[in-house]
This record gives sequence, structure tokens and C-alpha cells, in this order.
Amino acid sequence: MSTQPFTIEDLKRILLEGSGAAEDVDLDTDILDQEFEDLGYDSLALLETSSRIERTYGITISDSILADATTPRALVGAVNEHLAEDAAA
Amino acid sequence: MTTSVVITGLGVAAPNGLGKEDFWEATREGRSGIGPLTRFDGSGYPAKLAGEVPGFDAKEHLPSRLLPQTDRMTRLALVATDWALADAGIKPQEAEGFEMGVVTASSSGGFEFGQNELRKLWSKGSQHVSAYQSFAWFYAVNSGQISIRNGMKGPSGVLVSDQAGGLDAVAHARRQIRKGTGMIVSGSIDASVCPWGWVAQLASGRLSTVEDPARAYLPFDPRAAGHVAGEGGAMLILEQADKARRRGARIYGEVAGYGATFDPKPGSGAEPGLRKAIELALADAGTAPGDVDVVFADAAAVPELDRAEADAINTVFGPRAVAVTAPKTMTGRLYSGAAPLDLATALLAMESGLIPPSTNTEPDPALGLDLVTGDARPARVNTALVLARGHGGFNSAVLLRTAPTG
Repeated sequence: MSTQPFTIEDLKRILLEGSGAAEDVDLDTDILDQEFEDLGYDSLALLETSSRIERTYGITISDSILADATTPRALVGAVNEHLAEDAAA
Repeated sequence: MTTSVVITGLGVAAPNGLGKEDFWEATREGRSGIGPLTRFDGSGYPAKLAGEVPGFDAKEHLPSRLLPQTDRMTRLALVATDWALADAGIKPQEAEGFEMGVVTASSSGGFEFGQNELRKLWSKGSQHVSAYQSFAWFYAVNSGQISIRNGMKGPSGVLVSDQAGGLDAVAHARRQIRKGTGMIVSGSIDASVCPWGWVAQLASGRLSTVEDPARAYLPFDPRAAGHVAGEGGAMLILEQADKARRRGARIYGEVAGYGATFDPKPGSGAEPGLRKAIELALADAGTAPGDVDVVFADAAAVPELDRAEADAINTVFGPRAVAVTAPKTMTGRLYSGAAPLDLATALLAMESGLIPPSTNTEPDPALGLDLVTGDARPARVNTALVLARGHGGFNSAVLLRTAPTG
């Protein structure tokens, strides 16, 4: 359905690989607009996640983008902006 | 009057038994957990035997959120803590966070986790190092993770003094309880059976290179030639005695006395500090040497250190005057995990009226020790002294006593 190169499914996979999931959180529900904090992911988990995204997609995500993207929707959007800029450049 | 501090819960992860029941069954029957290394290929190393904790699958016990950020020692410690809390009948989520603390010991931190991340650093580059390496290797990580998992916001810390640290942590936990905290999770689990940890331990020059599991670790034996390294230990629940009694808890015993000393400068010829540590622990407990029923020895299996330990015991108690045992002959030396495991063993010995044996070793009669070998020895055990020495000069002693009633 998505034409975006980086999807919520990609993010879920990377979250699970790098940081696992909390006992009381089901990533298969609609998590797009939930805060990462409520999903059990702290700042270090997001650092690990961004580092895995950077490695996989060959991009660099700045700390400020990471700090502002407090939900999966925001992070997926930010990563796709990066990828679009790289493609245009 | 000083607050009496008691132990009300035990969580055990040992090479000869996962969980208190398995461990005690193996230990009283003299069953060893020492065998060939399986966690990595040991064929290229001089020491090829280890005491490895069997059958532990962290995924069965912990949420996947914790697995990418924990070393094996932390996983074992988290699960052993869960067991210890359950054994004590404590539900931490129902308790006040500031009333609970965590004080553990560590001798090397999360070596295996660190090894894997350093390998990635050198082979693939810094981008490939886990963000969790920032704490997963760290000495204090077990205290931190136990505290986070259980919402324990009271006094917390870690003691780093090699094998002696396991007793120093329990003593510090007792200190924090006397200052007013109701309950502290203490003890220690260590685990660095990985190539990097192995090389670090080999550097001590004290690892046995004997390849027969029945002859590799023989403390107090004329054939003693170093120790086998192991992983594991025990987590203990310490509480104010009054509080434990009020809630009707089962009390294993009281942490009645503690003493710690440091050895003199090497080569000075001065007496090692172990005797003084024993005397301090007895004095702290107000116990006479004749009242001690059993000594759990440090059991270095290095001839000079064995002699020093026998001398210290004989000077305080008299030759062959007190039963001595070293169940760690069945686990190998567990570094900071060893002494908490000995504390747990001593409490189980009190409960069952059995002193577990030291296995394989045939003690040198010249050392003058009444070492319990062969089968477990039936005995009334009201008072047990646990000794631990750390590489570099640390000596610690803890005296356990059946808790006074009322």
C-alpha cells in the first residue's frame, strides 16, 4: 500500500531486532501515533533504532530529528524525508 | 540496640543446579557441575574446564525488551532475583519503591556482551556497536537492572572486590537496612565464560590446567594446582528482622557478623589479613569461636593460599576444632557469585541439619583441617562462617546465625 521506501513494518522489525518489545505492548496493534515512551522505548532504545536505520539505509539521522520524532509516524516520516532528499541529490 | 538483619529469600543459579531445589539436591549429594567448556571452543586455551550454569534459556523468563540489552550475568541475576523474591513471598509491585534497595557485587561486569560489541567495533566499525554497550558491560548493571525491573528506588550500589565482593555486598546491604530501608536485594551473579573473560582469568595464573574434572580443583589437597572458573551465584533477600516477623516471613537466618581486612604488602612477610577478618566477624556477632558449627572456606586451591587459610582457621578455632567445607569444589570458583552461593548453601545446611561435602579433594593432614569430604555430614548447624578472599588482597568473613525468636 505504501509507496514509501521506509514503512511502519520496517520500523517494527528494526525495533524488535534492536530492542525487543515490552511484555505489555503489542506492536501489531495500531501504534503509529503512540508515544515511543508509552510503547516501552526509552531514549537509548531510539538511539539503537536510529543507528540500525542508518546502517541499513545508508543515511545519517541527526539527534534533533530523533528528539522531535516521539511517535512511529513521525520517525517513519523523518526517515522518508531523508531518503527523498538523498534520492533528489 | 542494632537492627537485626535476616535473610528471607534465596534465588540460586549454580553450575550444579538451576534454582534452589536442584542446587541443594546436587550439593548435599556431592554432585559436581564442572565439565568441559561448552560455551565456546576451549581447545586452544590452557584451561579447558568450567562450571557452567546448565539449561538456562533467558527467553523463557524475561521479556524480549530486556534481551538485547543484557549480558548473560544480568539475565541470570534478574531471574534469580525473581526467584528470591518469590521465595520470600514479596511482590515488589505492591511495595513502596523507596523501601526497597539493591546492592550486588561484580568482579568483571558483562564480559561476553562487551566482547561481542568490541568485535563489531574492530571488524565493522563504530556504527555497528550496540547503544546498550554503554551500560550492559558495566559493574553496576545488575543492581541497575534489578532495581528498574522491580521498581526498587531505595539505596543501591555495587561492590567490586573480586571474590570477597560477594560478602562485602551483603554487609553493605545490612548497613543500608540498619539505616532504615526495609528490604534489600543483595548477593551476586557473575558470568564471564567467554574467550575474553577466559583470557582475563588465565592472567591471574591461578586457573587449573588439569583436564580431568575430578582432579582439576582440589583445595587443601597436596595435588592442588589452581581452580576451575565457573559462573553463577545467588541472590538473597535481606530484611529488618522485625519487619520480616510482622509479615510472617520464613527466616532462613540472621546476618550476624561481618569483618573485612586487606592483606599486607606482598613480600613483607607479615601475616595475611584473613584471621583478623574472621575475628572481626565473630566480635561483630558477639560469638565465641566454640559456637561456630561450620566454616565455608574460600578454598583457593593454590598451595600457599590454602596454607594461609588453614593457618587462619586453626589460629582462631584450634586445629581440627571446627568442621570446614568447600562445596565450591562442585561449581568451581564463581568470583563475586561464590560467597553469596556459600551463604545460601549455609542457610540450607542450617535448615536441613546437613553439612554438604567438599568433593574430590583429599586434604593434606598437615593442614590440620576437619574438612567434610565424601558424604554430607549430619550436624546441628546454628552458626556458619563464610570466608571469601579476592585477588589483590581482599579478605571478608560473614557470620550467619539461626534467627533469634521473638
